[in-house]
Amino acid sequence: MVLSALAFYLFASLAVASAFAVIAARNPVHSVLFLILTFFNAAGLFVLLGAEFLALILVVVYVGAVAVLFLFVVMMLDVDFAELKRGALQYLPMGALIGLVVLGELVLVLGTMAAVPQSATVRTVPVPAVDEISNVEALGLILYTDYIYLFQAAGLILLVAMIGAIVLTLRHHDHVKRQNIAEQSSRQPEDAMDVVKVKPGQGI
Amino acid sequence: METVTLPAIDIARDMGLIAPEITMAVAAMALLMLGVFQSDARSRLVSNLSAVLLVAVAAFVVMTTGEPKLAFGGSFKVDAFASFAKVLVLCGSALAILMSRGFLHHEKLERFEFPVLIVLATLGMMMMISANDLISLYMGIELQSLALYVLASFNRNSARSTEAGLKYFVLGALSSGMLLYGCSLIYGFTGTTNFEVLGTVVTGGEMNIGLIFGVTFLIAGLAFKVSAVPFHMWTPDVYEGSPTPVTAFFAAAPKVAALALFMRVLGDPLLPLIHEWRQIIFFISVASMVLGAFAAIGQNNIKRLMAYSTIGHMGYALVGLAAGTVAGVQSVLVYLAIYLVTNVGVFVCILSMRRKEGMVEEISDLSGLSRTRPMMAFALAIFMFSLAGIPPLAGFFGKFLVFFAAVDAGLWQLAVIGLLASVVSAFYYLRIIKVMYFDEPAPVFERGIGTEMRLILTGSAALVLLFAVFGGPIISMAQHAAVSLMG
Repeated sequence: MVLSALAFYLFASLAVASAFAVIAARNPVHSVLFLILTFFNAAGLFVLLGAEFLALILVVVYVGAVAVLFLFVVMMLDVDFAELKRGALQYLPMGALIGLVVLGELVLVLGTMAAVPQSATVRTVPVPAVDEISNVEALGLILYTDYIYLFQAAGLILLVAMIGAIVLTLRHHDHVKRQNIAEQSSRQPEDAMDVVKVKPGQGI
Repeated sequence: METVTLPAIDIARDMGLIAPEITMAVAAMALLMLGVFQSDARSRLVSNLSAVLLVAVAAFVVMTTGEPKLAFGGSFKVDAFASFAKVLVLCGSALAILMSRGFLHHEKLERFEFPVLIVLATLGMMMMISANDLISLYMGIELQSLALYVLASFNRNSARSTEAGLKYFVLGALSSGMLLYGCSLIYGFTGTTNFEVLGTVVTGGEMNIGLIFGVTFLIAGLAFKVSAVPFHMWTPDVYEGSPTPVTAFFAAAPKVAALALFMRVLGDPLLPLIHEWRQIIFFISVASMVLGAFAAIGQNNIKRLMAYSTIGHMGYALVGLAAGTVAGVQSVLVYLAIYLVTNVGVFVCILSMRRKEGMVEEISDLSGLSRTRPMMAFALAIFMFSLAGIPPLAGFFGKFLVFFAAVDAGLWQLAVIGLLASVVSAFYYLRIIKVMYFDEPAPVFERGIGTEMRLILTGSAALVLLFAVFGGPIISMAQHAAVSLMG
């Protein structure tokens, strides 16, 4: 019990601290690295909650794909982040005020109420208890059966994303030489070479 | 408390119920393959086939309509309401594809992805209309929106078009965030995402702040999709920047789908909360009508003007939703059908505004159109009178039904504000007619808008002009649909 409490405070404080460092760091590469640290700590918190699938997904998707992409963009593009951040401080008081008001409203609204009474009867447990069956297995059991419609819909959304990326970025340039491997490997010496006997003193 | 049992998944039966959607998905992929493996000259073939597909699926939907049925554990619903809205959406999309061809050819944007993206967006709309669960609602919205973002920036070499796509994408992502936050709150406070179960959990009795909080966020997300004030900011910029056939598409089918989703969510499971959500709908409806009427006055670009006109018309349609009765839903459906036909006609005219040097979109370019193109000017005048709601044209009947339903539900204030807003908006609709009929002629537009454009223009003008004669079946079908939604 003490151990998990300690782990919680470790992950939680590190997550908050590194999240702050993301916006405070001067170097954008450091920001992205702190972002990755935040994701890892959040994944740790998910593990403590018994949601190991979410923890895995967070690391695989956010750290593995999104953050690496960020890093790539930050390094490849010549974006002057110091220039972008110049005005940030003068908006801070207003932003902080609005944030505090929203936070206060959320606490007031969400803190003083309970779920709809009838919900107790319909509240189903879609995933069995963790000690019976692991998260990943339980999700695997329903994802392709009960949720087949939504799963296929998600697939279509990804297809649209792929078509969109191609429509918006793919350009065919006529002067670009492309490699045609089939053509290369089917090439015979006879097609490419001529053996020419040159008589001495005459040239070709 | 009554309990509902959701049907278990029976793949064979469920596949039969979503056969139109499966047809769309498979055909979209087949068309994509056809486009990829054929030469560039075939993009016209893909767009023809897409239009045929949409019309065929619409016919299929009409034939298979029947008793309300649930599929996939209750996350998908097929009923007369869904069929009505789906037919509207499919027809709107098919017309958008047909209208796009001349423009894309002239602007050298003829690519086979265009009709495929429209088909996929339409599939998303069909999923929205049939959504019976918060998760399938979101899936439909995302499939639709993602395709629309790409279409907005389809002319990727134009800064305005890419700006339109980027703006739409960023604000759309924000609205999806609000929608999802609302969904998660609703799930948290009621313990279910399914609309059937939600309908039994939500009762009008004790007010639950958390649930209302979630519903408010859900409404905010949906209001963005119908471009209702105060979530309308993206509309004029996106309408102006997108290629014109894309604007024509945006103005028609997606609005029908989003309003159908609005009615599905608020009219079915959340109906017991009507006193809570009615205040919100009341406000966004009034704000949309007023802003649509006043902001359009100063516009010189006809696409921007149509954007504000759309905002205003969504306000009128929401009046019927605020009523929250069968008559209200029926009036919204009729309104949407009329709005779709009129808008298609207007955009055919806008797409015909081409001179030798390219497309023009200023209102002043229309001046003297009655002398250079009398038939087009006449058709556009009919559409403008209809949008202004002048009897005996179709637009009048739409407004009449909507206001009548509102008064019937005791919302006479809404009807009065709506009438005043239509008087103001009549000013800018009539100004276009004045420019066409009484101003000195501007340089003439190019001839040859194509047979299909002429047919669409004639057809929509005839429908708008003669709605009083044969609008009866549409009104009775809408009533049938409304009864199937509200029971």
